[in-house]
Amino acid sequence: MVLRALPWLIAALTLALGLLFAWLKTPLIIALSYGLSALGVSMLIRAGQVSFGHAGFTCLAGYAVVAVSRAWPQTDALLLLLLGVVAGGLVGAVTGLFVVRYRGIFFGMLNLALSMVLFAVLGKFYNLTGGTDGLRMERPPIFGQVLERAGFETSLLAVSSLLVVATCWVVARFYASPVGQALTAIKSNEVRLEYLGISAKRVFFTGYVASAALCGFSGGMFALIQGLVTPEMGYWVRSGEYVFIAVLGGTLHPVGAFLGALAFEFLKLFAAAALTGVWQLVIGVVLLVLIFVAPAGLVAWLARTRPIPPQQPAGSAQDQA
Amino acid sequence: MNATLIVLALLDGLTQAALLFLVALGLTLIFGVMRILNVAHGSLYAFGGYAAATAGKLIGNGQSIPLSLLALLLGALVVGLLLGAIIEIGLVRRILHLDPVMQLLATFAVFMILEDLQRLIWGASPVAVTHAVDAMGNLKIGAVTYTAYQLLLLPAVAIVVFFSLRWALGNTRFGRQIMAVTHHREVAEAMGINAKKISLITFCTGALLGTLSGALASPTTSLVPGIGGDMMVLSFAVVAVAGLGQITGTAVAALMIGMGKAFAVYLAPELDVLAPYLIMLAVLLWRPQGLFAVAEARRV
Repeated sequence: MVLRALPWLIAALTLALGLLFAWLKTPLIIALSYGLSALGVSMLIRAGQVSFGHAGFTCLAGYAVVAVSRAWPQTDALLLLLLGVVAGGLVGAVTGLFVVRYRGIFFGMLNLALSMVLFAVLGKFYNLTGGTDGLRMERPPIFGQVLERAGFETSLLAVSSLLVVATCWVVARFYASPVGQALTAIKSNEVRLEYLGISAKRVFFTGYVASAALCGFSGGMFALIQGLVTPEMGYWVRSGEYVFIAVLGGTLHPVGAFLGALAFEFLKLFAAAALTGVWQLVIGVVLLVLIFVAPAGLVAWLARTRPIPPQQPAGSAQDQA
Repeated sequence: MNATLIVLALLDGLTQAALLFLVALGLTLIFGVMRILNVAHGSLYAFGGYAAATAGKLIGNGQSIPLSLLALLLGALVVGLLLGAIIEIGLVRRILHLDPVMQLLATFAVFMILEDLQRLIWGASPVAVTHAVDAMGNLKIGAVTYTAYQLLLLPAVAIVVFFSLRWALGNTRFGRQIMAVTHHREVAEAMGINAKKISLITFCTGALLGTLSGALASPTTSLVPGIGGDMMVLSFAVVAVAGLGQITGTAVAALMIGMGKAFAVYLAPELDVLAPYLIMLAVLLWRPQGLFAVAEARRV
């Protein structure tokens, strides 16, 4: 099946590109990081909810990673990645307690409001957060070894692409699990879900925490490759980009988010010079086109092109009976 | 906190509430009739502000009060009607049948587009045209000196808009048609009301309220990129506190949030960004549908 092989293909492609062209390593890792956040957003889109504030989780996790790395410079990069996931999940659990009670407009706007508050607060408390300049971190050891920049980036790229494959697998399993199925049922019919004796709120809370943890993962990865976190990471523009990637990639399978992210990053890489100052405009226009033309995204298109298995003629089964 | 500061905070709160009320009113009016939250509404506020500043530069001169005010009004009118009509005809009427998620995404896309357009047209450096404020001079209340523009004009416009809108909705044929569409679009259409026309006019009115607020705010602050987004979230906070679609509630909620923000500036400056959201959070925890909304079963 195309979709199952796709995460491996993407990982192989990013690794190969990164090893062939050293300058691509950073953009590729950033693309993977964007993909993780977009995956978090798309998990909620499956439940019929769209969040315009998930960059807030990415941003907070990034700050947590940098803060820990500054306090203990010897902390391993892998541990820092894990820390990002935990930080994202924890913050998600706290905000989730409040936010999962709402749907639709309220859900989207409350997330937006929370991320805007975070953005303002990060800019304001200069002593703690470095204000709008952000916080820098030294390059941490990876696998217990202190590496030069090139070596560090290569290791991080290898680790990230493998982790992305693992994430796709785990999230695909989650989608197929009873909770994952119930999550999509929130979109189709929440009342019926409740009639089945399943707490929609609890299901949505699980999905929300998972999506925040994915954003946290993304934030940790972003902080490691940039060595710098700024409040911009949590600005609504970034959240909008994540939503865009999620819609572009499609929510049918987790790999969609990474397809979308790679497409997005390459577009940005090669078109950004020509499109300075109109980048958001381009994204907005493409998003509008997507909504009308291909609301299910790239991944649905790929899923549709797989050959349909030959079916037994209807008559033959009856003959045998 | 002494008496002077209290008066100052009250006046600040009043002017902010007046502006907030106008923006939020546009948002809630559009939502009531079309069941769509226009995420790009904040951009309309920003466009109104910039357009008014441009008009002020062209025809205002800081001496003549009517001329400066005319410039503000003209900027708001042109941009509000133009953008409102373009967005409604070009997009909003085409997404009415879509999923709520897709509707939100679509207006969010418009928001992104408008933010860049605004930067392309007016640049990223702050714009400040204060003709109207200069022309109207200052007033003294006790020990506090306040600009007449903010003290008299802003609240007056808000009050006039509030009462005339309520009167129009309740007493004119057209207003009653709007109310009918708000209550039940299909039944209203069955009664022979042209819901399409009503939607277009409501959307333009709502957009106009957004640009008007921006235009009125423009002489009192400097315009920078990003005010659209900030105003969007603030006006949503007002609308959420009031309950979506509630007009009288919006006025009360705007006062609450405007005052909350103003007092936070003087009492706890670190909290001034947070204050509106803390109020919203508290209200929504207590009454998830907003203070004035009648609870409605979730439509599945």
